[in-house]
Amino acid sequence: MLLHDTALVYGRYLRQSLRSRFALLFGVLMPLLYLLFFGPLLTDLPLGGGGSSWQVLVPGLLLQLGLFGASFAGFSIIIEKGHGVVERMRVTPVSRLALLLGRVLRDATVFVFQAVLLVLAAVVMGLRAPLAGVLIGFAFVALLTVSLAALSYALAMRMDTPQSFGPAVNALTMPSMLLSGLMLPMTLGPAWLNALSHLMPFRYLVDAVRDAYVGRYTTPHMLYGVLVAAGLTALSVTVGTRVFRTA
Amino acid sequence: MAIISTAGLARTFLTRSGPVQAVRSVDLTVREGEILGFLGPNGAGKTTTLRMLTTLLEPTGGAATVAGHDLAADPAGVRRVCGYVAQSGGVDPQISVREELVTQGRLYRLTRARAAERAEELARELDLTELLDRKCGALSGGQRRRLDIAMALTHHPKVLFLDEPTTGLDPGSRADLWDLVRRLRDEHGTTVFLTTHYLDEADALSDRLVVVDRGVVVAEGTPGALKLEYGGSIDASLQDTFLAITGRSAGPADQTPVAV
Repeated sequence: MLLHDTALVYGRYLRQSLRSRFALLFGVLMPLLYLLFFGPLLTDLPLGGGGSSWQVLVPGLLLQLGLFGASFAGFSIIIEKGHGVVERMRVTPVSRLALLLGRVLRDATVFVFQAVLLVLAAVVMGLRAPLAGVLIGFAFVALLTVSLAALSYALAMRMDTPQSFGPAVNALTMPSMLLSGLMLPMTLGPAWLNALSHLMPFRYLVDAVRDAYVGRYTTPHMLYGVLVAAGLTALSVTVGTRVFRTA
Repeated sequence: MAIISTAGLARTFLTRSGPVQAVRSVDLTVREGEILGFLGPNGAGKTTTLRMLTTLLEPTGGAATVAGHDLAADPAGVRRVCGYVAQSGGVDPQISVREELVTQGRLYRLTRARAAERAEELARELDLTELLDRKCGALSGGQRRRLDIAMALTHHPKVLFLDEPTTGLDPGSRADLWDLVRRLRDEHGTTVFLTTHYLDEADALSDRLVVVDRGVVVAEGTPGALKLEYGGSIDASLQDTFLAITGRSAGPADQTPVAV
């Protein structure tokens, strides 16, 4: 039943995404602008690591895409609550967990699709990376969006207005982006900043994807990245499930 | 025979300014096949009671059974036998009427083919056939209400809960909706539990009324019996009867805080 219901909810929201093609493409705009107007600044700078500056920047932009996109996923559920759609579904026998999973998997699909577009644009700009590494990058984007979207929906279920939800999410995402070295590796910075960034879970994800983009798949970075991504996903889906069961 | 019975049903909300007893203790019974009007002033606890009976909100006290299913022990059973139309309705304005009806059928675990069939049946029954391929957002108020009710009837529920179903409708749409409610009961034996602020509506539709105030049941009976007992005569208006029961117009101002 969970599978049936999840597929049903997933289909409903995927069709919703497909109806607004503009929004579907608009999501890649911010990372694309970074790619076009910020990327070329880095090409001759010594960024460390074994590859070109694109192999450092693109993994960061991929996770930025997931971070900003998925964190705001909850907006849609606040609007749906206003229309009474959430309660209408909650009086049917549908699995409560499916109401979360269907939405979250839709988000993962949308953001992985956007990530593919971003990588294609990056290849045009000059990115060269092994295919396996690029695929690993997409897997991390998927896990990150599943976690953040689940948390976002959980938060949104507890909030009544978009006016309170937006600022709350913004206050969390901006420092997360800056402190995890998504734009530039934290190893370039002073020791205190580098140390502080190790408190951010996204730091481990971006380090792992940067290793993958230069073809290093068995590094400590990769191990920590996988562990943190898996832990974050498990934690977020648990929190989301609890909220959706009782809300 | 009672299809709904509650005993001491209560819900307290914890707010920043302390606990608020939205529903203190509701004891009521609804008989199978009757149309019950659930009345009360704003903030009396009508919607909260409805949300508890439809499993949307867990009670903080008391017990209830709906069509033989215990609310606390078997919420899934309750969901299978009841339909609910909230004040706000519950459809996405961007989605077509057909898609909403089919998805609703699938949420009730109908097969794809059966859900499509059921959508057609419901559309025929509720006069929505011409509108099936329109977006929900493009429907008029009366059409929207019929769609909301169609959604709630997908699984042939034994009990239909309607929360202020005619608020905001024009007189013609209201009259149509009354006919629809009567037809549901007469043709399908559906028990209808409805809240309303329109006393003419309660008078015209309900077999029996239950009046709540400050989270407890303060009166119940047929419209005629209540008029006789509280209004002083069978010819009293329900308006005067209601005011006599809830004490909102005559007498000294009440000092106890009103529950939300």
